[in-house]
Amino acid sequence: MQLNRRAFLKFAAVDGAVGAAAGGTALAAAETASAQGLQRDARAMPDDAVGLLYDSTLCIGCRACQAACKQVNGMPVDIPEVYEDWNADGTWDTAVDLSGDTLTVIQVYQHGTMAVKDRAEDGYAFVKRQCMHCTDASCISVCPVSAMTKDPVSGVVSHHPDRCIGCRYCVLACPFGVPRYEYDDPFGQIQKCQLCTNVEGQDIPACADVCPTGATLYGRTKDLQDEAERRLGMTAGEKHWFPRGALGDDRAPHEAPAAQYLNDVYGEEILGGTQCRMVSGVPFESLGYPEDVPDYSYASITEGIQHTLYKYFIAPAVLLAGLVYFAYKNARGHRPEEWD
Amino acid sequence: MAKQSDQVHAPLGGPIFTPMFFGLGLLVLVAGFFLFNRFFFGLASVTNLSDGYPWGIWIAIDLVVGTALGCAGYAIALLVYILNRGEYHPLVRPALLASLFGYALGGAAVMIDLGRYWQGYNMFLPWLSQYNSVMLETALCIAAYITVLMIEFSPVFLERLGMKNVRRKLDRVLFIFIGLGILLPTMHQSSMGTILVILGHQLSALWQTQLLPLLFLSSALFMGFAIVVFEAVLSSVGFRRPMEAYILNKLSTVMAWLLLGYLVLRLGDLIFRGDIVLAFDLGVDAVMFWIETVLHVIALVLLWPRKERASPQRMFVAASTMLAAGTVYRINCYLIGYHPGDGWSYFPTVGEIMVTVGIFSLEVMLYLIFVKKLPVLHTVERAYIEEHAAEARDQGSAPVGHAT
Repeated sequence: MQLNRRAFLKFAAVDGAVGAAAGGTALAAAETASAQGLQRDARAMPDDAVGLLYDSTLCIGCRACQAACKQVNGMPVDIPEVYEDWNADGTWDTAVDLSGDTLTVIQVYQHGTMAVKDRAEDGYAFVKRQCMHCTDASCISVCPVSAMTKDPVSGVVSHHPDRCIGCRYCVLACPFGVPRYEYDDPFGQIQKCQLCTNVEGQDIPACADVCPTGATLYGRTKDLQDEAERRLGMTAGEKHWFPRGALGDDRAPHEAPAAQYLNDVYGEEILGGTQCRMVSGVPFESLGYPEDVPDYSYASITEGIQHTLYKYFIAPAVLLAGLVYFAYKNARGHRPEEWD
Repeated sequence: MAKQSDQVHAPLGGPIFTPMFFGLGLLVLVAGFFLFNRFFFGLASVTNLSDGYPWGIWIAIDLVVGTALGCAGYAIALLVYILNRGEYHPLVRPALLASLFGYALGGAAVMIDLGRYWQGYNMFLPWLSQYNSVMLETALCIAAYITVLMIEFSPVFLERLGMKNVRRKLDRVLFIFIGLGILLPTMHQSSMGTILVILGHQLSALWQTQLLPLLFLSSALFMGFAIVVFEAVLSSVGFRRPMEAYILNKLSTVMAWLLLGYLVLRLGDLIFRGDIVLAFDLGVDAVMFWIETVLHVIALVLLWPRKERASPQRMFVAASTMLAAGTVYRINCYLIGYHPGDGWSYFPTVGEIMVTVGIFSLEVMLYLIFVKKLPVLHTVERAYIEEHAAEARDQGSAPVGHAT
């Protein structure tokens, strides 16, 4: 009997200790279960935020944007391993993806017989990759040393190598796989598109500047959205004028029959919104852009959790006070006097 | 009780330069060779890191698993000083030592991995601090904790050097560092889970949850306890010391409850979110999920309190299983469950693996030197253990031993 009681008491003592921890655990669980409770407010896009509108249906895959981007940014041609055999001298830029040497790239979607452009079934389509300049960017949220910044007026997301420690958390976190690191350089750095704000004498991004069809168009994001919606309202096959370079430019527009657009502007809502937008005839998911994702930014969740737990540093301070109190009390039986 | 004194801890003695020591030294040299390449020819010359997998095993294992193994000091300090379970006191110093090396070398691994390590100090410049960054909080917290660990462990040096005055002064304020030594791991171990929340859909829903901070915190705790048991058994076998079986047995009950809580949370969350179905979508993710889950369950079964006292063998197997479970969980979160998109793959190179092996070897080498030359391990005698076991039975939770 006595043995049983002792066992019970011992059990209860241990249980109590763990129980305290479990109680806190349950509480925290209940809190985190309501995601929206911890989420911080969405960030608003600056009024004069700028970006690019990429129209996959207008793109002819000439890669002039890619070449111009490399030229103004002083970047070498990219020769992936698969093309090393016939392009060893680097005669051509054969970039197949973004990299430390490539800030924008044109890729192609292919399906079946590839008979018709801008069709998902037995068709093909072009897609451009570059930084989307998110309204609430993950790369900015994760960077410990403020090496990623957002211009308060233009909203352009810029990188500062002189601050960067090369932890590559931005590379890991970017939902579009944009920031790239130079792994083959002992003193490598992060590279990403900054909409040519880093290039002197380049008034608009080089890619939009050289695009012959207006597939890549520069402008205020709000205006680009209107332009995108204008295109979605077009009847397929009808001839239309498409502005080139920058919206509102005086250069001659490009005339072409409207394609069969999907009724969706990519970047308007996704992940808190992006300043670069995209329209296409092929689902964006097929073009390698995530679609099955929330409308809120991931940063709003993480920062919500962090700033709830660490608000004014109250919780850690209270916890520390408690810990120090118990440590003082419990270590008291063994004060220095006893040791002599 | 009256004869409690500094002599309670003593250096083990014995030769430093054993064959095992040289073997480990060789592994450290091999790691050095690869590190030379890393620093002179870039990360690509040694690693398989890419823009799809910018973080490899140097982060997932050396840092994320390594610091969890370094949670021995955290777990034990929580028991001894906060929950006032003084009977665990003999385990404090070896645990602190393991923590010190686990964290210091985890930090070293980060410096090796940093792409612009020469600017690493920017992390400590307040005008560059970006307070939304979970990594900033984690990094500063880990740096602070390494400092605290050094202070917590310093009585060992002061004892060895006979600096009684300094030690006495330190002892008056040590409780503050004990408090910090529990607060800081609570913060950064949970943050190592929060770090992944921003990956969103890039991390499989089998692991992506807002409970990540809580799951990482509890996994750090039970891995911390497990490493305490693991080391206690190993050092008693390796150095032919009597087993601190009574203590370890009680510890296993704590671990069992903690593990149960973790499992309820982990599986409950998956079922609640409905993403448990992914576990039946056979593929690498699902297989790794089941390995992780089964390991946790086995550890729980092994640890579950029984009438008879657990044998050291069973304790050892249980602790090892628990370490494996936590390790697989962390690797799953940081590598396996991460899907950057089509066309990317990652498996560590021989160089990456050898650097990791070298870092862990260095940890063991330093641990051996320290316990042989410094008063780290408790001078356990069978009689001592039994005396205190009896004492504890009679007095409930009467504290034994003294502060650090």
